[in-house]
Amino acid sequence: MGVDELDRATVRVSGLSRTFDVSRPWLNRVIERTPKAFLKAAQDITFSISRGETFALVGESGSGKSTVAKMVVGLLEASAGEITVDGVDMRGAQHGKEMRDLRRRMQMIFQDPYASLNPRWRVDRIIAEPIRAFRLENDEKAISKRVGELLELVRLDPRDGAKYPHEFSGGQRQRICIARALASKPEFLVCDEPTSALDVSVQAQILNLMKDLQDEFGLTYLFISHDLAVVRHMAKRIGVMYLGRLVEVADGKELFRNPRHPYTRMLLEAIPDLEMSGRPRKAVEGEIPNPINPPPGCAFHPRCPLANVRCNRELPLFKGEGETGVACHAVEEGRA
Amino acid sequence: MAETPLLSVRNLKVEFPTRRATLTAIDGISFDLKKGEVLGVVGESGAGKSITGSAIIGLLEPPGRISGGEILLGGERIDNLSQTAMRKVRGKRIGMIFQDPLTSLNPLFTIGEQITETIMTHLPVSEAEARKRAVSLLEEVGIPAAAERLDAYPHQFSGGMRQRVVIALALCAEPELVIADEPTTALDVSVQAQIIGLLKRICKDHGASVMLITHDMGVIAETCDRVAVMYSGRIAEIGPVRDVVKNPHHPYTVGLMGAIPTLVGELDRLTQIPGSMPRLDAIPKGCPFNPRCAHVFDRCRAERPDPIDVGTSRVACWLVEEGRNDRASKVEQA
Ligand SMILES: Nc1ncnc2c1ncn2[C@@H]1O[C@H](COP(=O)(O)OP(=O)(O)OP(=O)(O)O)[C@@H](O)[C@H]1O
Ligand SMILES: Nc1ncnc2c1ncn2[C@@H]1O[C@H](COP(=O)(O)OP(=O)(O)OP(=O)(O)O)[C@@H](O)[C@H]1O
Ligand code: SF4
Ligand code: SF4
Ligand SMILES: [Mg+2]
Ligand SMILES: [Mg+2]
Repeated sequence: MGVDELDRATVRVSGLSRTFDVSRPWLNRVIERTPKAFLKAAQDITFSISRGETFALVGESGSGKSTVAKMVVGLLEASAGEITVDGVDMRGAQHGKEMRDLRRRMQMIFQDPYASLNPRWRVDRIIAEPIRAFRLENDEKAISKRVGELLELVRLDPRDGAKYPHEFSGGQRQRICIARALASKPEFLVCDEPTSALDVSVQAQILNLMKDLQDEFGLTYLFISHDLAVVRHMAKRIGVMYLGRLVEVADGKELFRNPRHPYTRMLLEAIPDLEMSGRPRKAVEGEIPNPINPPPGCAFHPRCPLANVRCNRELPLFKGEGETGVACHAVEEGRA
Repeated sequence: MAETPLLSVRNLKVEFPTRRATLTAIDGISFDLKKGEVLGVVGESGAGKSITGSAIIGLLEPPGRISGGEILLGGERIDNLSQTAMRKVRGKRIGMIFQDPLTSLNPLFTIGEQITETIMTHLPVSEAEARKRAVSLLEEVGIPAAAERLDAYPHQFSGGMRQRVVIALALCAEPELVIADEPTTALDVSVQAQIIGLLKRICKDHGASVMLITHDMGVIAETCDRVAVMYSGRIAEIGPVRDVVKNPHHPYTVGLMGAIPTLVGELDRLTQIPGSMPRLDAIPKGCPFNPRCAHVFDRCRAERPDPIDVGTSRVACWLVEEGRNDRASKVEQA
């Protein structure tokens, strides 16, 4: 990465890790003589996102994407590593004005839309909450005007503000979440499956809207989606996660044209076929390993067609130029 | 020749009475689901897909209610059953996978407790047996190290893992009909393939039928035998998947197919259907799609089109109906 890019990087994550204690209750452990158990949900995650850029995380369910997202916005404490936003260390900024300012500038759209909406609040109150909390508008009339605009932005009707979350369909609720996230005029948005509950037409509207906002206000996105077609559409760079680790980071176009890590290739081959060309969908090989007791060496080796003895023993290191690269012995040895 | 369909929905209407007006969320839909068949249901957000599912399983949220039509399961009406009778049908004969996985899981109980409890409610098995089944079911939906994770609470699972627990819950009593509302939305393609494989397998092995609500046309194309396209509480088009995807008739279906992001071609902007689905209190007269339709003409604003047969599909659109008449008359003249 050149000096220019260094300067422009707003979000930097380095060596980020999170371990969960998933031990059985103490008494059971004593009786059954089982040791404590730990789950490494994220390990040594490093990436940065420049202002106005979209960086996407993809990877199998349970690979640690939401865990990384929650750490980045400060909802989950990291076990190790650091996160800086515009050079400000997130840990140092836990208090006072700095944190408050960061909170406004960073927002998150959650994977589970309904669970993140207060069922007893009307929708206009839900959306107005960040506007009030950060005192972006003071006058009630201005607040309600802004709420109406936000609802329209996500293709809901301003009159919908008078309803409660349960009166909406799944996709409508997700749009409420998006409106709320946009309410504080954030600069950095972490989107965890922002459109997964949306049909293609509304999805197209929301994704186009997100791109427009980015063009207009220079928003920065950390974008998580399991839908590779959506990711391809949205992201400039993509990070592929497997069992808590980043295994490949590449330019978006390049990743689809020339996937290098065997896991990335498998992911791309598993995409369902809309053309109905009769291409059999490549069955995903092997089982997803146990995250509590992951395979040694490269965690992907039990499922990897290129695995050899070295892979069973030695963890492949992330190698590449600047921030793009791959963690795979076969790629490094030139036999991939 | 006609075998009794497993599920038959006849002219179903669902209403939400409110202080100001009565909103009609489902306005006269009819379809059949044969044994062992997978029917896809697609349509924009708010089209009434989930409400249709909730109506079938008898879980409409009050004040929502069925205000017309019938629902038959194996030839017998289930829309007028008592609460107690319906509770027996639910879970045992019909399994439902809800759109919001967290709402069907109790945060205070472990995953294992919830599945074994459900199995024991519906099947005559011991607790040890139920636990064994729970583990194998979780493995089938792709939860690694299922036995070790049975004691975890829902919040300790990732979004996609919770979704799979909900799928396991819906399937654990081996129901005849599975209503799956966006079962794979939060799942990556590899797990998605596994779940779809599982759904197909239960159709084949147990002759179960599946109503699959999803916005993912890739999943529809791959899994379903037929697909229904819903708009504003009505069915715009229903037919064999291949015909609907490859050769859609209804202008709304055509638009929907164009909005899908693909892995090839242009990256810049996705096609979108202009405008949005009308609110329930402002459904236009005539064809509900008319304000957004590029082919609208006078009749569309005045009269509501009913579904008619077009080849192997059924389509509710005046353009198609009149176009068909044209072609039909040409054939007659020839
Ligand atoms: N609070 C927690 N306690 C224990 N384990 C947890 C907790 N939160 C997450 N995990 C575990 O960490 C792993 C990663 O979870 P995470 O939610 O980050 O996955 P994800 O990549 O977002 O998956 P998905 O695509 O399914 O949402 C999973 O194995 C999950 O069970
Ligand atoms: N409890 C309720 N009270 C009033 N209106 C409701 C209620 N529940 C749903 N609706 C309305 O009924 C319509 C259909 O909702 P439904 O949940 O069936 O949509 P859907 O097709 O499943 O959409 P999505 O793809 O977004 O899940 C929506 O306009 C919704 O706002
Ligand atoms: S390191 Fe070995 S096992 Fe891992 S992806 Fe590369 S070739 Fe496969
Ligand atoms: S009936 Fe008319 S408005 Fe409705 S879809 Fe057909 S052409 Fe368009
Ligand atoms: Mg997640
Ligand atoms: Mg729904």
